Amino acid sequence: MASPKYPAFDTLALHAGAAPDPATGARATPIYLTTSYVFRDSDHAASLFNMERSGHVYSRISNPTNAVLEERIAALEGGVAGIAVASGQAALHLGLATIAGAGAHVVASRALYGGSHNLLHYTMRRFGIETTFVDPRDIDAWRAAIRPETRVLFGETLGNPGLDVLDIPRIAALAHENHLPLMVDSTFTTPWLMKPFDLGADLIYHSATKFLSGHGTVIGGLLVDGGTFDWAAAHAATGKFAEIAEPYDGFHGMNFAEESSVAPYALRARREGLRDFGACMSPFSAFQILQGLETLPLRMARHVENTRKVIAFLAAHPAVAAVAYPELPEHPDHALAKALLPKGCGAVFSFAIKGDRAAGMRFVEALQVFSHLANVGDARSLVIHPASTTHFRVPTADLLASGIQEGTMRLSIGLEDVDDLIEDLGRGLRAAKKGA
Amino acid sequence: MFLTIDGRKAYAYTGGKTFDAALPTVALVHGAQHDHSVWVLQSRYLAHHGYSVLALDLPGHGRSAGPALESVEAMAQWVLAVLAASGAARASIVGHSMGSLIALEAAGAAPQQVSGIALVGSANPMAVSDTLLEATRDDEPLAQDMVNIWSHSTYAAKPSNPGPGFWIVGQNLRLMQRIAPGVMHIDFKACNAYAGGAARAAQVRCPTLFVLGNRDAMTPPRAARELQAAIKGQRTVLVSPCGHNLMAEQPDAVLDALTGFLPGCT
Repeated sequence: MASPKYPAFDTLALHAGAAPDPATGARATPIYLTTSYVFRDSDHAASLFNMERSGHVYSRISNPTNAVLEERIAALEGGVAGIAVASGQAALHLGLATIAGAGAHVVASRALYGGSHNLLHYTMRRFGIETTFVDPRDIDAWRAAIRPETRVLFGETLGNPGLDVLDIPRIAALAHENHLPLMVDSTFTTPWLMKPFDLGADLIYHSATKFLSGHGTVIGGLLVDGGTFDWAAAHAATGKFAEIAEPYDGFHGMNFAEESSVAPYALRARREGLRDFGACMSPFSAFQILQGLETLPLRMARHVENTRKVIAFLAAHPAVAAVAYPELPEHPDHALAKALLPKGCGAVFSFAIKGDRAAGMRFVEALQVFSHLANVGDARSLVIHPASTTHFRVPTADLLASGIQEGTMRLSIGLEDVDDLIEDLGRGLRAAKKGA
Repeated sequence: MFLTIDGRKAYAYTGGKTFDAALPTVALVHGAQHDHSVWVLQSRYLAHHGYSVLALDLPGHGRSAGPALESVEAMAQWVLAVLAASGAARASIVGHSMGSLIALEAAGAAPQQVSGIALVGSANPMAVSDTLLEATRDDEPLAQDMVNIWSHSTYAAKPSNPGPGFWIVGQNLRLMQRIAPGVMHIDFKACNAYAGGAARAAQVRCPTLFVLGNRDAMTPPRAARELQAAIKGQRTVLVSPCGHNLMAEQPDAVLDALTGFLPGCT
């Protein structure tokens, strides 16, 4: 007897969570732009509010369009549930706030997106949640940073700005030895390049604004519960996570770990987090992200193909001082990338041109195809010059200390004909050199 | 809540309400490689609508201490012992898949304790293919994938379970992965070996409900015909479209079938 098979990734990207609309037969997922849903009768209403039946009550908590997106990302990641929220930042906040309150502690990679660093280092601290930032490559630093009040370990699958590859198997093992979950930001890799749950991570979040939606048209975030972490066992061993594994006054005395053996985190994140923090996603945004997900496999393959060709061009160019991409042998995580990211290391990377800030500005201004803006993961190719934008107030010495040179550029490689991209970059490099 | 059976810890989810043996009692029994959480919506509804609920973790599953029991007969005796320990004089037993055999066996063995049985996704005999049975012994991940794929009729069940946004295929796999190694083979072997179904069906005198999925590839509706023919007065609800994971794919349909049936069980 042949073993049955799950639908492949490309099939799930089109079909998971979506069926023809039962009311109209619409094949595409309709945009349910409604705040609320009529109850069949009073008992139906009460049973929905008391979690005795499944269904929609109010679109801050759930919505049929969003639910398709949530199931689809859970299917693509190999998890148990997804939660769509207003932005990637909202996903990080919900991911942490579901299990961390005042007095809690987070251990995070220091190679983070600036917005994530701000949230952890400044804003969450105002609410009593402390974070220790560690070198993501130093497993001893991760271990040493864990405290009795630590609730989660956190890093990016590919870190900022040098594309540090997070050693998920090792860090997950360390987390689990300490009865802690590992959460990762998988925005740069998407489930097409890496499946963090298969490597040991327990929670994933995405800025869906980037490659998942893929067209630079929508802001959104997705939090995914892998269903791998045993919250009840961790509570029994450490006393932590009582908000999941003991009756919770904030939700009618519900013990989420009794309700669901494998998805109590997602239950709490939705039933408390969406209800109280309210950072829900618009159904229109969910529709746009679904449209993007349908072509994710095709787009990611092209993103990576184009990136590899651009990397080869830049690495050989005399006006380029350095290129940071884990597929290059000189990258410190080259071997790890080969093991964890065999399909590619994404389409966002940094490189440094030879020259000062002015040279960097000339490079950016000479480009005609690349768009100069602060985003990544668009179908169009993007560029930003940190020394003249995000870090323009930072003194040169401090810039260098954070791994950014005056000529460092961050590129997000799009889906254009790669020959046009290479020609454009060549134009920029000539301009940078001419002014020197 | 926890009870002690034969000196070992036995867990029952009570649907978010304190168990009261004075109320009509419903025991919900999961299938192979599952636990109480497969019944969460039905448990909560019944517990908040006049019933006392015991959604059980069989020995060696979920929060109940092991070892796992090796026969349907032993599992039925354990369920009856739990009912007795709970203080409930009589109870309806709702069982899914292997749990349906446990309900049937209990109803035949102890008619004084069982006021009705609902057999959800049932079959008799519940034969397990050699390929699957060997996989449960030799390669649990493969066996779990086989069962998971065969248990679902769709990759877009709505409104999902226990709520929107949950991916039931992934949940079912994770739940099977959560059960201790070795239990899967014991469970499937017990299903395959159970030979008492026809005899017990002939003994059943309590109200009986079948809830079957029209696209169930694990226990297809035709596999329940022998039991349906043997149990006088049985009722059948065919849920459509639905696979073997009925409580997740069609939680409301299963609940509605139960709420239409349980009041007649006294």
